Amino acid sequence: MRDRDHFQIAVYPTPFHPRTSLANTLNLWHRWKDCTVADAFTDVSLEYTALRNACTVFDLSPMTKHRIEGPDALPYLNRLVTRDVAKIKPGRVGYAVWCDEQGQVIDDGTIFHLDNGVYRLCSQERQLDWLLDCAVGFNVAIKEETTDVAALALQGPTSCAVLKRMGLAGIETLSPFSIRSYQFSDTTLQISRTGFTGDLGYELWIAPGEALHLWDALFAAGSAVGIKPMGTLALDISRIEAGFIQAGVDFLPADRAVRPGRTRSPFELDLAWLVDFSKPNFTGRRALQFEQARGSKYRLLRLDVEGNKVAKDAFVYNSRQQVIGVVTSHVWSPAIKASIALASIERPDGDPQDELFVDIYYQKELQWSRKMARCRPVSGPFYSPERRKQTPAPDF
Amino acid sequence: MTERAPIIVIGAGHNGLVCATYLARAGRKVILLEANAAVGGASSTHEFHPGFRVSTIAHLLHGFDPIVARDLDLHRHGLRMAQDDLRTVALHPTEKALVFATNGNVTGPAPEIDQAAWRRFLAARERYSTALGRWHSQAPPRLLANGWREVLPLAKLAWSVRRLGRRDMRELLRVATMSVDDWLNEYFSSPRIKGALALDAVLGTRAGPRSGGTVFATLHRAAAGGRMALPQGGMGSLANALAATARVAGVELRLNSRVAALEVSAGRVTGVRLTTGETLIGSAIVSALDPRQTFLSLLGVKHLEAEFSRRVQHVRAIGTAARLHLALSSAPDFQGVSAADLGQRLVIAPDSDYVERAFNPVKYREHSLQPVMEILLPSLLDQSLAPAGQHVLSATVQYAPHDLNGGWAQARERFLELCLATLEEYAPGLRARILHAELLTPADIERRIGTTGAHWHHGELALDQYLMLRPVPGAAQYATPVAGLYLCSAGTHPGGGVLGIAGRHASAAVLAGGDAP
Repeated sequence: MRDRDHFQIAVYPTPFHPRTSLANTLNLWHRWKDCTVADAFTDVSLEYTALRNACTVFDLSPMTKHRIEGPDALPYLNRLVTRDVAKIKPGRVGYAVWCDEQGQVIDDGTIFHLDNGVYRLCSQERQLDWLLDCAVGFNVAIKEETTDVAALALQGPTSCAVLKRMGLAGIETLSPFSIRSYQFSDTTLQISRTGFTGDLGYELWIAPGEALHLWDALFAAGSAVGIKPMGTLALDISRIEAGFIQAGVDFLPADRAVRPGRTRSPFELDLAWLVDFSKPNFTGRRALQFEQARGSKYRLLRLDVEGNKVAKDAFVYNSRQQVIGVVTSHVWSPAIKASIALASIERPDGDPQDELFVDIYYQKELQWSRKMARCRPVSGPFYSPERRKQTPAPDF
Repeated sequence: MTERAPIIVIGAGHNGLVCATYLARAGRKVILLEANAAVGGASSTHEFHPGFRVSTIAHLLHGFDPIVARDLDLHRHGLRMAQDDLRTVALHPTEKALVFATNGNVTGPAPEIDQAAWRRFLAARERYSTALGRWHSQAPPRLLANGWREVLPLAKLAWSVRRLGRRDMRELLRVATMSVDDWLNEYFSSPRIKGALALDAVLGTRAGPRSGGTVFATLHRAAAGGRMALPQGGMGSLANALAATARVAGVELRLNSRVAALEVSAGRVTGVRLTTGETLIGSAIVSALDPRQTFLSLLGVKHLEAEFSRRVQHVRAIGTAARLHLALSSAPDFQGVSAADLGQRLVIAPDSDYVERAFNPVKYREHSLQPVMEILLPSLLDQSLAPAGQHVLSATVQYAPHDLNGGWAQARERFLELCLATLEEYAPGLRARILHAELLTPADIERRIGTTGAHWHHGELALDQYLMLRPVPGAAQYATPVAGLYLCSAGTHPGGGVLGIAGRHASAAVLAGGDAP
């Protein structure tokens, strides 16, 4: 718990705030799960460029984290999420979604198998209530540890080099989705080769008391290889380039939906690979089996939009000029030099051979124009550099 | 075609027996497993003192499904009634008792009876409960009907209310969620009539006459039929007749076979494991045990989805009824009761406030200080139950909550003493005649017949646990979310009492082989 005067503060600084506030030359902040985080520090384009060409540090401490342990931790998680958690071995990380009994996605997140039978579940939304609800009948201890762990994402081609310069021997052998612990100061620094940017990168997990030491050590080690702090705006560009969806943006968490038809199933979010009917029972299984047999209502498409205008808040049309969906995320991708978007399309429209258009409204010097831009569905990420998957991680 | 594995029915209470028999008659191989050494569950007879026998839990046959009785030919298999239209006798410590005859006549102290109001009340109750009774004749429809075959039962349900006509339909919708105390006050001034009718509304439930929804409980009870019968040889005779029919139909009945767990493979129930370690393979498993036990203990939550198991955990099913059995050296005298009425259904519920006061402690997990009772002296009508000249008193006593603060072990003597003191008030000299007293607290009942919480109906009979909500959405049409597993207990529609309807409807669901929605 925070101290008893907690009500006097509505938004908290993160453990890195003493450093991020110094670095934030723009003084641009927003509220992420009751914490102050930077939109950008210097310039969004510069931060993005640093991410793709050197490396950046992003403060992800406000990310909701849960510790799940006990004899039933594995069966519990397996009943919770749609993928087979037994396949996430100790020292490994897996992306997962969990559904309600209608098979609609409540949230997505990552499961860290920290130690045999000890897991950390990171989620976009606060999930403790649902996690506890699901725990009845399981011998499992669940605790939210969001404020007990400070975390940074170190992402970009020189990220491995920074860690090596910090003296973390052998870090280059850490494979994607693996976790390793290092001694740092007087505490343990956990490093996972994970991230939300689709690039070579790491996430660093440490006790809040050591947060500033970690920040300082990273910037000292990284000064020669272009390390920069990065805010949420640059991160968002990279996550769309990586094709990652975001709760509350690309889908509505099922427990927040009031109106029927507003939620999405994993199939409708292009996450069929996360649904494993061969594993033990899980919440949403029956509904998802039914959906698989009957067909889904929606599909998620990654669209490469013709031209240089971004498809902000755009409807998606078929060749008969009928609205068949909406763009949920859009950005100009500096990496592939294209306007890209994630869109939710009503089936059966959106088959690979179908022609798709988005209508884009844009203005030049207060003069509004409209353009129907053809778009092409892309399978997989828009941008996925080889270094992302290479082990040992390349040194730049 | 290879021979199908047998259907396994768990629990040889009346619903389990009924369901097993229908399934066997449909040509299926059926194994019926009973944990105890005898069949019957809540419908059984036991010897509680040498030479004295009594119905263990239920002691009246009230509304047993006439279709089941006819289909299974229970009369041919030995079921006889000592009397099939018991009168209700409302006791009073000082005044003459009120007697409610099955023909609608009520007799007793003149100022107590407003015959006109009584007739109006009976007529209204009859109309509404008839509408409700029609709902019992079919499995609950699904609210989100899937095609015409499912729309029809939903339409029938609506029509049974609509056909009441505008005035009655409006009136039924008005009273269904009311407390029985409020409803009775609209008709009667007599505390005695209200007391007896209030008791009917709350027997076997965790509610007092001023609890919301008790009018529904009254109508549910009335829907089962007005006549109350006393089976010759106690309620065990019903179970024995059902068991005899079951055996003739080819059901393999295995006593002393307690199921430890259900076997699940690839999301489907494939069999049962007994406490002996023996495993039986079944093509379908039908549980006559209460839904909470079936899902939470035998199946296990990991085989259920989170929201479903949460609904099951929240089924309201905490029993409040105890059983008192007395072996008497001679027939007792009840104050104000004629010799002709002594063998009838005697109730201690002198007014509605008395019943509500008896209920009050339950809210705080305490037992009544002045309990309400439904008393029978069955040996007056059935000599087989006691040695000549001696008698048995059988009483259902409320309120004795299963979740009593401090537990029943230390409270049972105190509660027995309260019961005997209360009885003595209405039947002076009774205590001197007692040869032996047996009190079955809800803890004893749970141990004896296995029902979680010792709830008579395997779940409160209330609108929030009725029709497609009984026991919970997703398992209300007897099929469950786990393929191959079905429910047939009083915990399913149309609910508790000794009706046998759930067993019959469930057998049809099993034969249809459908899955839960």
